Amino acid sequence: MTPIYIILAYLGLLLIFALGSKKFFRGTSADYFVASRSIGPFMLLMSVFGTTMTAFALVGSTGKAFELGVGTYGLMASSSGLIHAACFFVIGIRLWAIGKRHGFVTQIQFFRGRFESNGFGYLLFPILVLLVIPYLLIGVIGAGKTMMGLTGPKGPKPGLFPELFEATNGAIPPWITGAVICLVVLGYVFAGGSRAAAWANTFQTLVFMAMGILAFTMISNKLGGLGPAIEQAKASHLVRTESGHAGVSPVTFLTYMFIPLSVGMFPHLFQHWLTARSAKSFKLTVVAHPICIAIVWVPCVLIGIWATGVLPPDATPGAVLAKMIGILVKDPVIVGLVTAGILAAIMSSLDSQFLCLGTMFTNDIVLHGSKRQFSDKQIMFIARGFIVGIVALTYLLSLLLFDKNVFDLAVWCFSGFAALTPLVLAALYWRRATKAGAYASVIATAGSWFIFFAMSGFGGEFTVFGGIMPVAICWLAGAVAMIGVSLATKPPSAESVARFFP
Amino acid sequence: MKPAVLVATIVFIVLAILHQDVWNWDNADLVFGFLPVGLAYHAGYSLTAAVFWALVTRFAWPSNLEKWAEGSDESTDH
Repeated sequence: MTPIYIILAYLGLLLIFALGSKKFFRGTSADYFVASRSIGPFMLLMSVFGTTMTAFALVGSTGKAFELGVGTYGLMASSSGLIHAACFFVIGIRLWAIGKRHGFVTQIQFFRGRFESNGFGYLLFPILVLLVIPYLLIGVIGAGKTMMGLTGPKGPKPGLFPELFEATNGAIPPWITGAVICLVVLGYVFAGGSRAAAWANTFQTLVFMAMGILAFTMISNKLGGLGPAIEQAKASHLVRTESGHAGVSPVTFLTYMFIPLSVGMFPHLFQHWLTARSAKSFKLTVVAHPICIAIVWVPCVLIGIWATGVLPPDATPGAVLAKMIGILVKDPVIVGLVTAGILAAIMSSLDSQFLCLGTMFTNDIVLHGSKRQFSDKQIMFIARGFIVGIVALTYLLSLLLFDKNVFDLAVWCFSGFAALTPLVLAALYWRRATKAGAYASVIATAGSWFIFFAMSGFGGEFTVFGGIMPVAICWLAGAVAMIGVSLATKPPSAESVARFFP
Repeated sequence: MKPAVLVATIVFIVLAILHQDVWNWDNADLVFGFLPVGLAYHAGYSLTAAVFWALVTRFAWPSNLEKWAEGSDESTDH
């Protein structure tokens, strides 16, 4: 029971910490949505890093390294260090300037303004929501699986609560974990809005980084130190050469570099950029993001490689970290702390996205289409209502799709956002980009993405033409459509261009 | 394009190419006795990326954007 007490204590501490931000809450909708544009450099770094890492950070990285080997880091982490920071610098700072100058809060507001089209917002909003939902599901399903692994049967012994949960052989069922996680996140997002989310993200990001290092140290000690730990790993996992399921093809490795572009179109990051306190707030995020990735991913990838010498090859990748801790470390305090770290990584992604969807729905759909004047209280009521609806939908979907491989689903979600980046790059840097080009780009991207998604069996691992990631083709489709249609249509007005280009 | 931005763009392209490190593909050597070379290279790559971005924010910072951003207080903020 010790790990459960530690997790409950952590959740309680998180709530107290996040709700502590309420004393700074000014009671206005601007404060609820964007913390009155007061998020400084450190909180921006922690928020951006925490929301970007998801359940993938600790659980997925370890599982992928157990499957693919050493190539996992280059495939998913080091490329992100370069590309994420590039997106922050090239897209983020320019968006901050436009957001500051014109008062934009959401992604849709920016695109509506840039392309002078209300309809474009109505096209983009459902696409963004549909892409965010798998991202949310990764978190809630990942949390359910983590808690089932922690409290489930170990060998012939039943799980921690055999009398309470007979159907799961004593493990805490996913409907309880999902409900607790959703309620905790909902609790502080509902009460404190974006400031509470930023505070909670900072706290949670520090916790999951520290717990990753703790898990790494404890496991390596149990394996006899760093040298012996790597010596007992499978030789096939020390290289990138393809053998069986391990390794990665050079074409996949190359085209996987498109995936990190997804941060350029994540709605919650867009909102951070549009509403940051100052351009200088970005400096720390741009520089420290690759280092934060290394701090989390190098230990996790090593644990995944070490696990090839400890666990049977058919072990579930998503359970590798929990099994390594459970089998090797055994100490219930450490098990509880590391599990709390995994939940921290998961929740730090959920809060910003719930809040962001509420902000977009309120500003871009309800207020935008209404001639009525709403009071601050009414605006916050609408946003909170939508957030509750999205949390409930996510919770129900997580129960229905619990057996899906969430990490494969994540790659599809990231691919969709990444493939939309020609839109934002053209909007920011190409004066000749037109409304028709924007429509064509989104339709080409969404259409090609959906075709590949269907070909994959709706969410499976999938490459085309000998290893090319579908995202590369969707991205090119979006870019070609944007350029071709923009050149074929009437250029935007000079006044419109002047509003968006310094 | 300012010289600093041009240099940053060229270095970015070089870094993107260096990410492919095909020469490490089947190299199973260990660095410091515990890090597979393919992992050590990319861990070093992450640190190099951080140094690169530190230099970019120092020498190619878009200060003109900051001035432009302060130019109007037109607001649609809620």
